[in-house]
Amino acid sequence: MPDNANASSLTAVHDHHGEAHAAHNPALLHHFVEEQQQRDAASLGMWVFLGTEVMFFGGLFCAYLVYRRWYFGDFAAASKTINMSLGATNTAVLICSSLTVVLAVWAAQTARKALLVSMLILTMVFGLAFLGIKGIEYKDKFEEHHVPGASFSFENVPIPGHPGQFANPRHAQMFFSLYFVMTGLHALHMIIGLGIFAWLLVMAWKGRFTPEWHTPVEIGGLYWHFVDIVWIYLFPLLYLIDRHP
Amino acid sequence: MSAHSSTKSPLKGYFAVWIALLIGTGLTVYAATLDLAPYNAAVALGIATIKATLVALFFMHVWHASEKLTKLVVIAALFFLLLLLGLTMSDYATRLWS
Repeated sequence: MPDNANASSLTAVHDHHGEAHAAHNPALLHHFVEEQQQRDAASLGMWVFLGTEVMFFGGLFCAYLVYRRWYFGDFAAASKTINMSLGATNTAVLICSSLTVVLAVWAAQTARKALLVSMLILTMVFGLAFLGIKGIEYKDKFEEHHVPGASFSFENVPIPGHPGQFANPRHAQMFFSLYFVMTGLHALHMIIGLGIFAWLLVMAWKGRFTPEWHTPVEIGGLYWHFVDIVWIYLFPLLYLIDRHP
Repeated sequence: MSAHSSTKSPLKGYFAVWIALLIGTGLTVYAATLDLAPYNAAVALGIATIKATLVALFFMHVWHASEKLTKLVVIAALFFLLLLLGLTMSDYATRLWS
């Protein structure tokens, strides 16, 4: 093929490409038919990732269930030493943050920039409050020598409902190992979530999100809600074993 | 996702779910102070599951998801989680550990 013919056909392709750009929203990538399909693909990808997260936390929940069955009395005694009010407060804080996230997504969908920015800030405030309360809890556990390791101490703690019986410190240490790994991994997810939301806040501030394209807000929101769901299970399992008098 | 395409404002629903989640939290704490013998754990997990379902269906928009594949992924994740927990526990619950 002569050189000039080749060049002209390339130009024709390029022109066609340009027309295609003009015809649709610039946020729509070429390999998607329409915006809805693009949004669905992004959220499906996020859901697959959350599926792996379910298995990730699922392994820990499984270990928890096995040891809780074996050492129920010791787990109940250890659970009673955790501050229930702080845990309940944190549950409420996370639920409120989930509301602000869903409002942020709605604000992005309906092009309310000021609302989007303020909801993202509020979500981060709730997230930081959660971590602060968690920090107070951890500090208490350090002071009480309830952190697994060389200085762990759990002597003469009565088993609820069994007068005269005391928890086995080794079994209680297993509870606290699970407590710190599960809440610690959850807190790590919160910290990552705060990073994601800080980035969303900058993007929202710059006005990058439109009703046509706000995929990061949506899938960032999915992540935040998932972390909330994990806590919804952690709270009763770790804080509320055999609490009744 | 599809809240975007629907004309009805979803705000009322969001606030209703939020209130329900807060009530559920209060109920869990209250139920933990009652002596329900073997049912304390079942009640706590039941309330947690209702709360988690509300978050997934309405805050994570699974209910209105236009893409059936999303629902399939959610169900598959739950199925494998139940397989993990169910088979493990059926083993530990029926084996004789001295």
